[in-house]
Amino acid sequence: MPPVMTFVMGNSRRTSLEYLRGLGHAGHMTTTDPVRGQDPRADSGSPPAVWLQDLSKNFGHVQAVRHVDLTIEQGEVVAFLGPNGAGKTSTIDMILGLSTPSGGEVSVLGMTPQYAIRRGLVSAVMQTGGLLKDLTVGETAQYTASLFAQGADVPAALRRAGIAEIADRRVGKCSGGEQQRLRFAMALLSDPELLILDEPTTGMDVEGRREFWSSIRHDADRGRTVLFATHYLEEADAYADRIVLIRKGEIVADGTSAQVKSLASGRTVRATLPGATEQALRSVPGADSIEIRGETVLIHSGDADKVARYLLTETGAHDLEITSRGLEEAFLALTGDDDNTGGNR
Amino acid sequence: MTTTATAAELSSRPVPPLGGFSFTVLKLEIRRLLRNRRTVIFALVTPSIFFLLFGLNAAYANESAGKGNVSAFILISMALYGSVLATTSGGAMISIERAQGWTRQLRLTPLSPLAYVVTKMLTSMVLGFVSVLAVYIVGFATHKPSMAGYLWIVTALCVWIGALVFAPFGLFLGYLLPTENVMQFMGFIMILLAFGGGLFVPLSQYPHALQVLAKFTPLYGVNQLVHWPLTGGAMDVWWVVNAVAWLAIFTAGAVWRFRKDTARV
Repeated sequence: MPPVMTFVMGNSRRTSLEYLRGLGHAGHMTTTDPVRGQDPRADSGSPPAVWLQDLSKNFGHVQAVRHVDLTIEQGEVVAFLGPNGAGKTSTIDMILGLSTPSGGEVSVLGMTPQYAIRRGLVSAVMQTGGLLKDLTVGETAQYTASLFAQGADVPAALRRAGIAEIADRRVGKCSGGEQQRLRFAMALLSDPELLILDEPTTGMDVEGRREFWSSIRHDADRGRTVLFATHYLEEADAYADRIVLIRKGEIVADGTSAQVKSLASGRTVRATLPGATEQALRSVPGADSIEIRGETVLIHSGDADKVARYLLTETGAHDLEITSRGLEEAFLALTGDDDNTGGNR
Repeated sequence: MTTTATAAELSSRPVPPLGGFSFTVLKLEIRRLLRNRRTVIFALVTPSIFFLLFGLNAAYANESAGKGNVSAFILISMALYGSVLATTSGGAMISIERAQGWTRQLRLTPLSPLAYVVTKMLTSMVLGFVSVLAVYIVGFATHKPSMAGYLWIVTALCVWIGALVFAPFGLFLGYLLPTENVMQFMGFIMILLAFGGGLFVPLSQYPHALQVLAKFTPLYGVNQLVHWPLTGGAMDVWWVVNAVAWLAIFTAGAVWRFRKDTARV
């Protein structure tokens, strides 16, 4: 069950998310409740699949990941959504133990990433590479399977990934989509509790992408926790229960896909309302976010009609306008570069 | 509905013994190496052809060389050349696997870096053995090399073990060179070292300065040692010093690069 949607706003940064400011009550909010906030390693119950606290990663002067707090419970299917270079892969590398955090903590199923990997509890489908061209598809799966303590069913994994019929083909002769399915089969071999996919459909055509996701979704229905990174809003919307929006190394929104979608796809009501205060406007029914620019108020809402009706009947608002924008455009606004919007960092 | 695993259930999952070392992987690695046409040509075909070219020359093949003839002497040289190529290429393949992102992929499995390197070493040893065997079979079939029956076995074993000095050299190159072309580079280096060690041309035919220099090259000591059962006579301590020193240098280099590579964890 995903937590209530929250917005985590940078302390000093004004962003294109500015118009959403009404939603984040405090300057800094996190999704973790008090129980989860403790180190899950001390917890005797079911530990979260992923637990990140104040996680940061710097490459020289570049801050790829900035103070990320995130808890993913077992059984969730979560999309890590953000544009290229937002810090998705850097975060995933730390969850997998492939790189060391510059600051903060990572725990996977209540243990360090290395412990979880040695037990076959976590596996990943990486974006590119990671295959030997001179092995066949079947040999690659056999090779990987033999490394784990629990015997894995190689034919079953190949079947579930839809590549059983090309088991004798050399990896070097496989298409990008087939190689990606092989990575998926390899990830299934250890029967992991947590499956991580980093931009798994890059380079696939529409049909291949759809088939790939239906395999993943089918697999997730068995109760596996899935975390996938993508920069396609439609992918996140169609296949995830929960979307975590990441931008410039920070989580900017976290909620169900319906919530993020309505946020991204709602309309903006613009009106002139002298003397409006944020506090007063917060009581406007249906308002998701509020922005005040002098005498002009901008209210973003999934139900713009309701907001308009209220403003016109209950307040002195006039010159009212309703504007909408496309899903994609809204997503770009959420995750885009603030230099375009005249904000400062 | 989804079921969640408790901490106890999760940590009860077993970790594989021996750092994930498995004979299935060893078998697949050997199959891979033998499937690689370039490796097979380098390690099996080339040394056999070299023997046929240089080891049968009527001008000197039947001349005496210690307890056998010159043809037998050249047979040992070529077997050493082939098996050294084999053991080096086994380790050097790591470079290709790093370039293809395979070593990164393996870090998402329980396989420990040490178990990986041990698997590579064992794979190299098997290929080295096949290489010695190939050259000796070709040599035997020509009826030219002449030495006592036990010397065939003793020298073959000496060549095989001697070639192991170069297994860490392959690893060192594998971790040092980021290129997918490591094999060509390695082939070139090995030819230089083979000349330096006196495998292709007897060192006595070199100018004096080169002869002195050759005694410091990595194949010199091993080459002298593997011929010793055939040539007989007094053993020169310098041969052992040369072989052990190079083994130490290569091992140190491999360990250094290996640590650097795995430190990124």
